[in-house]
Amino acid sequence: MDVKEIIAKGDLVYEKTKVLTDKEMHYCPGCTHGTVHKAIAEVIEEMGIQEKTIGISPVGCSVFAYEYLHIDWQQAAHGRAPALATATKRLMPEKYVFTYQGDGDIASIGCAEAIHACNRGENILMIFINNGIYGMTGGQMAPTTLDGMKTATSPTGRTVEQNGYTLDLTKMIAPLPGVCYVARHSADTAAATRKLKRALKKGFENSMKNKGTSFVEVISTCNSGWKMSPVAANEWMRENMFPVFPLGTIKDE
Amino acid sequence: MSDVKLLKGNEVIAEAAIRCGCDGYFGYPITPQSEVMETLMERAPWNTTGMVVLQAESEVAAINMVYGGACCGKKVMTSSSSPGVSLKQEGISYLCGAELPCLIVNVQRGGPGLGTIQPSQADYFQTVKGGGHGDYKLIVLAPNSVQEMNDFVDLGFELSFKYRVPAMILSDGMIGQMMEKVTLSPKKPRRTEEEIIKEDGDWATTGKTADREQNVITSLALKAEEQEATNLRLQAKYKEIQENEVRYETYKADDAEYLLVAFGSCSRICSKTVDTAREDGIKLGMIRPITLFPFPTKQIKEFAKQVKGFMTVEMNAGQMVEDVRLAVNGEKPVEFYGRFGGIIPSPEEIRVALEKQLFNK
Ligand SMILES: Cc1ncc(C[n+]2csc(CCOP(=O)(O)OP(=O)(O)O)c2C)c(N)n1
Ligand code: SF4
Ligand SMILES: [Mg+2]
Repeated sequence: MDVKEIIAKGDLVYEKTKVLTDKEMHYCPGCTHGTVHKAIAEVIEEMGIQEKTIGISPVGCSVFAYEYLHIDWQQAAHGRAPALATATKRLMPEKYVFTYQGDGDIASIGCAEAIHACNRGENILMIFINNGIYGMTGGQMAPTTLDGMKTATSPTGRTVEQNGYTLDLTKMIAPLPGVCYVARHSADTAAATRKLKRALKKGFENSMKNKGTSFVEVISTCNSGWKMSPVAANEWMRENMFPVFPLGTIKDE
Repeated sequence: MSDVKLLKGNEVIAEAAIRCGCDGYFGYPITPQSEVMETLMERAPWNTTGMVVLQAESEVAAINMVYGGACCGKKVMTSSSSPGVSLKQEGISYLCGAELPCLIVNVQRGGPGLGTIQPSQADYFQTVKGGGHGDYKLIVLAPNSVQEMNDFVDLGFELSFKYRVPAMILSDGMIGQMMEKVTLSPKKPRRTEEEIIKEDGDWATTGKTADREQNVITSLALKAEEQEATNLRLQAKYKEIQENEVRYETYKADDAEYLLVAFGSCSRICSKTVDTAREDGIKLGMIRPITLFPFPTKQIKEFAKQVKGFMTVEMNAGQMVEDVRLAVNGEKPVEFYGRFGGIIPSPEEIRVALEKQLFNK
């Protein structure tokens, strides 16, 4: 039975956005990727830009983002999404172009592409899913892994001596004059996700105003990689990641 | 205004790109091909045709910009020289896996490593045998004149779009740097958004309109059967290309008893060797593969019935010679003479090599 047969049209208060496909997501239960996908899809629907939006998916757990958001997609090599987005936006300036990248993708292997796209002030929205770990490859250390955190490649905990410091890419990017908007959010509560959606909307809007790059980081969980239950992972994130990566709008010009 | 000009090979790549309706060029400076982007920046085509020209932060970024542009159904290109082309290999593999059209120009210099800025043909293996990962082929055009630098830009795009296989112009520092008279191609407009949607809208990421399914450009297939299907489709295309797109040229080969095989700048030098040998009554000829993939295997095999032996001349340690040997399949001797490290062989030393390795054997 279709939901519409149960709920009369006038009584319907919430519906899944049509920008999300009906495919079953492959993400682990509790993973932040799914929530952020939905937030992006809703923003695209609310802005009415489905026909004009091109997404660039990364290499990482969200490589299959194209399975879930019903828009045109380009699947980039590991870390190269900002280069694809650069060309796409310059060649089709009337399109809304966004990248979606994990921390390994954007802050490690693709650091150069990310910084230079931002420094050129490409009129794109960059979405950065920071879960502090390489989810897809089985939980290895990322540049964003917190000091002391145990991962598959830092089994006794990350140390400064061995690995240097936790990288705050967003903080590095914020001072660049090419960047007009930098914000850091989470998606662990309905209220947080609403704030995230406002930031995403702003980023999409900026990309049509010739103002430069918008950069939105989402502090996220990878409960599988962290080896925690979804609830425990969210608590751990709030306790340990928020102090290192404080939420809020960092730049808005 | 006459369209006959005296230009450097590298400059002509830029002129030809603008004229053929190229949508975007993305590059990173490296000798001996920097004039390509320099000429484009000077000509500022964004003011005339609307072509985008961008200096990327690296060759890695440049080839991935090409990937992004190609996803949109745009005519996009990059150029570089050997060390830079090595960096592009990941992107090239992705372009092949995602079946995207584009044009890549390699103005080769000597290697390995940082090597020399002098001309070389040492990237034959990398280009023809697949320098990146996975089973793939590029359509490879080897110009031997500034005129062909012009002609192969348009041809490269045409073939690349026809098969949705990236095309590579495999040139070298000699062709890139030398000045020759060239007849520039007539100007073609860039494709409009509507034309792209009409011609390539079934795959290009032009925005998912209500009247069609989403277009996704990806080279990912987690299921083995899906990946094999992609590989089989690619192999079928390569077979079709092998059957239909072989281009080569012969020089005084009709009655030849000995045949030189050379591509690109080496073929220019070898034609001199042929001329002087003919003056001495030696029936020497030449075959010049113009497409390195598809390789003129059949044609070379045919010559094996006619000639007493072959010699390939290359500015490398012997790369194309392997393909010539495969074509000849042991029927006649196939010798090799090469200089490398940026040294260009002279017609005379090729003659000496012929005497020693072929004529007096
Ligand atoms: C060139 C290259 N190197 C390594 C890999 C393997 N790899 C796949 S995903 C990944 C890390 C992904 O981590 P992240 O970007 O944080 O995404 P997440 O899965 O955590 O969302 C790596 C190293 C690859 N696919 N390509
Ligand atoms: S491994 Fe981590 S990032 Fe990947 S789907 Fe599972 S929870 Fe999400
Ligand atoms: Mg991660």
